[in-house]
Amino acid sequence: MPVTRRTVLALPVLAAPAILGAREAFAAPSAVKIGAVYPLTGPMASAGDSSRAGIELLIDLINTPHPELAPIPLMAEAGLPRLGGAKVEIVYTDGQNSPAVAQSDALRLITQDHVVALNGAYQSGNTLTASAVAERYGIPFVNGESVAANLTERGYKWFFRTTPIGPDIAALYLDFLASVGKTGVKVAKVAVVHDTSEYGVSVANTIKQVAASRQTPIAMDVSYTVSTSDVSAQVLKLKQAAPDAVIFISYTSDAILYMKTMQAQGYKPPILIGDDSGFSDPSFIKAVGNLSQGVLDRSAFDGSKPGSNAAKIDALYRKKTGRALDDTTGRSMTGMLVLCDAIDRAGSTEPEKIRAALSATNLTPAQLFMGYKGVKFDAKGQNVLASALMVQLDGTDYRSVWPAAQAAAKLVLPFKGWS
Amino acid sequence: MILVQLVTDGLLVGAVYALLSSGLTLIWGMMNVVNFAHGDFVMLAMYVAFIAVTTLAIGPALFVPLAALVLFGVGVVVYYALIRNVMRGPMLAQILSTFGLGLVLRYAMFWVFSANFVSLPDTLVGGVLSVDGLRLQYSRLLAGVVALLLTAALHLMLTRTALGSRLLAVAEDRTAAMLVGIRPDPMQALAWGIGAACAGVAGALIALFFYISPLVGDSLVLIAFVTVCLGGFGSVPGALFAGLAIGVIESLSSWFIGAAWKDVVVYGLFLLALWVRPQGLLGKS
Repeated sequence: MPVTRRTVLALPVLAAPAILGAREAFAAPSAVKIGAVYPLTGPMASAGDSSRAGIELLIDLINTPHPELAPIPLMAEAGLPRLGGAKVEIVYTDGQNSPAVAQSDALRLITQDHVVALNGAYQSGNTLTASAVAERYGIPFVNGESVAANLTERGYKWFFRTTPIGPDIAALYLDFLASVGKTGVKVAKVAVVHDTSEYGVSVANTIKQVAASRQTPIAMDVSYTVSTSDVSAQVLKLKQAAPDAVIFISYTSDAILYMKTMQAQGYKPPILIGDDSGFSDPSFIKAVGNLSQGVLDRSAFDGSKPGSNAAKIDALYRKKTGRALDDTTGRSMTGMLVLCDAIDRAGSTEPEKIRAALSATNLTPAQLFMGYKGVKFDAKGQNVLASALMVQLDGTDYRSVWPAAQAAAKLVLPFKGWS
Repeated sequence: MILVQLVTDGLLVGAVYALLSSGLTLIWGMMNVVNFAHGDFVMLAMYVAFIAVTTLAIGPALFVPLAALVLFGVGVVVYYALIRNVMRGPMLAQILSTFGLGLVLRYAMFWVFSANFVSLPDTLVGGVLSVDGLRLQYSRLLAGVVALLLTAALHLMLTRTALGSRLLAVAEDRTAAMLVGIRPDPMQALAWGIGAACAGVAGALIALFFYISPLVGDSLVLIAFVTVCLGGFGSVPGALFAGLAIGVIESLSSWFIGAAWKDVVVYGLFLLALWVRPQGLLGKS
């Protein structure tokens, strides 16, 4: 072929597909981007920070080989094996304490950062709006920690949730109280104290409904606004009514304020249950742990068995942050783990394939580090194998106390509080 | 009996509101500047108390004056570095500059202390005064007493001293004050210093029975704005009465109507009060 000006000019054009093709082949294990919405500033930021630290640890474990954690998916090899060892990259955004901000975060992650899936968003109200955006764009959204029951009642196709939710939690508390009642402790009169957020209202209503359906109605309902400046009147009310057990559904700031005010008013309910979020926040224990001895809490995390997945992950988390892994962080991490596992099984970053893989998720307790009976989603996207234990604060650690078969310590009643 | 407890609880909370409002009303009255960073000044003072307790192991007798002193410095610096300039700008610039200052302080604390909640040991001013079943926390009583003393001291300073007259003269008419030989800048810097020092006292005392976090100002200060407004802009005794009234109304409405509704009651009554007396309870029309 004579070398003319035309053939020379044509060369790059002819070569272009080959070059582009080669680039694609090299680019195959490019990072898989996942968006994470958590409250990194604002009143819930201490919990959001913990979740972020937990997820950072998890992603680090996924991206580097850790054969010692082998039963947990994605731990043994580096990256996502079925995507050519692609690394996972998390784009964090700050949902603050605002459903509106969480919504615009989700929009930005999908349209500008082009994430393949979303995770978050801690507060039920934030999850509600962020997941609505994902649904609209057909992007999978996995939530690991929001418990408002209605989140999985919206008929969404792209929303999956791994945590135990309102009805599971309500059943746990009421079963626990009934079982304690059989030992001769009075549990006839139960009060529910909750804030007026999506989380507080939905969990309180679920507990009330489940209790009513069991013919053991909740005797008292005290509500207040989030980050309130004073709770003296509410504590006085509880003191006056003297319920046998009080269930608090509060975020950290209010949980701290309640404990301080109860000490000031000299009021100790015989049984005090704090519903996770505020009460499992490590900074709650730091701030008022000495006033809260014997607080009962629900938890799906129990790192006290040596050699278990939970103990290993707990040790790594302690090394990274200097504090024990808490239940909420563990649940957030599990949500992210399930999402990464599904992306790997999908072998693709196509939303529809990830969604199908999520629907087909079937993890056993041996593959998890939370005390769930497994992870398996129903048609609504709710994990039907989610479950929790009752734990009790002793010193600076929560230990599992009920059900007896899984207990690491003995249940101590009545609530001790402060000395 | 329960009513007595409710009213005393309300009065003690109200005293805290009055304490929070004292510095705010001073700056407002002296300079016609709304200090939106006031809550963050209070937050700074709480961290001063926290650092003092954890590193120097000192008690409230020392850390309250220390917080007042530190915040006085902050107030003066803020005046010379920021307020003096924006005072020449439009009203909106004044509002947004203090708002921005508040955000800077708040996120600086996020940076330094992270989002964690901290708390002072409950033994610093521990104990409860128990009379006939009535329970009063010493730490709150202390805050209440200081609120009364601070209000009295500020009021006397403004109405009975030459310094107060000079401050008021500058507030009333800057040019006229200059004509009679008062230099306005040091006076206004002083007003900011004293206002911030009040926030310092308030924060250090409230830290004794409240949690501390970078956002704590948000939970506390909104009601202080209402207190100042209801009491009458710039009226120190007005802020005290309004604070106490709001405290008692909150306490009673929490009990009789429900805690989730107390804000509706308080803000509803607040709007009604302003409708009748737009200048506030003790404000001059």
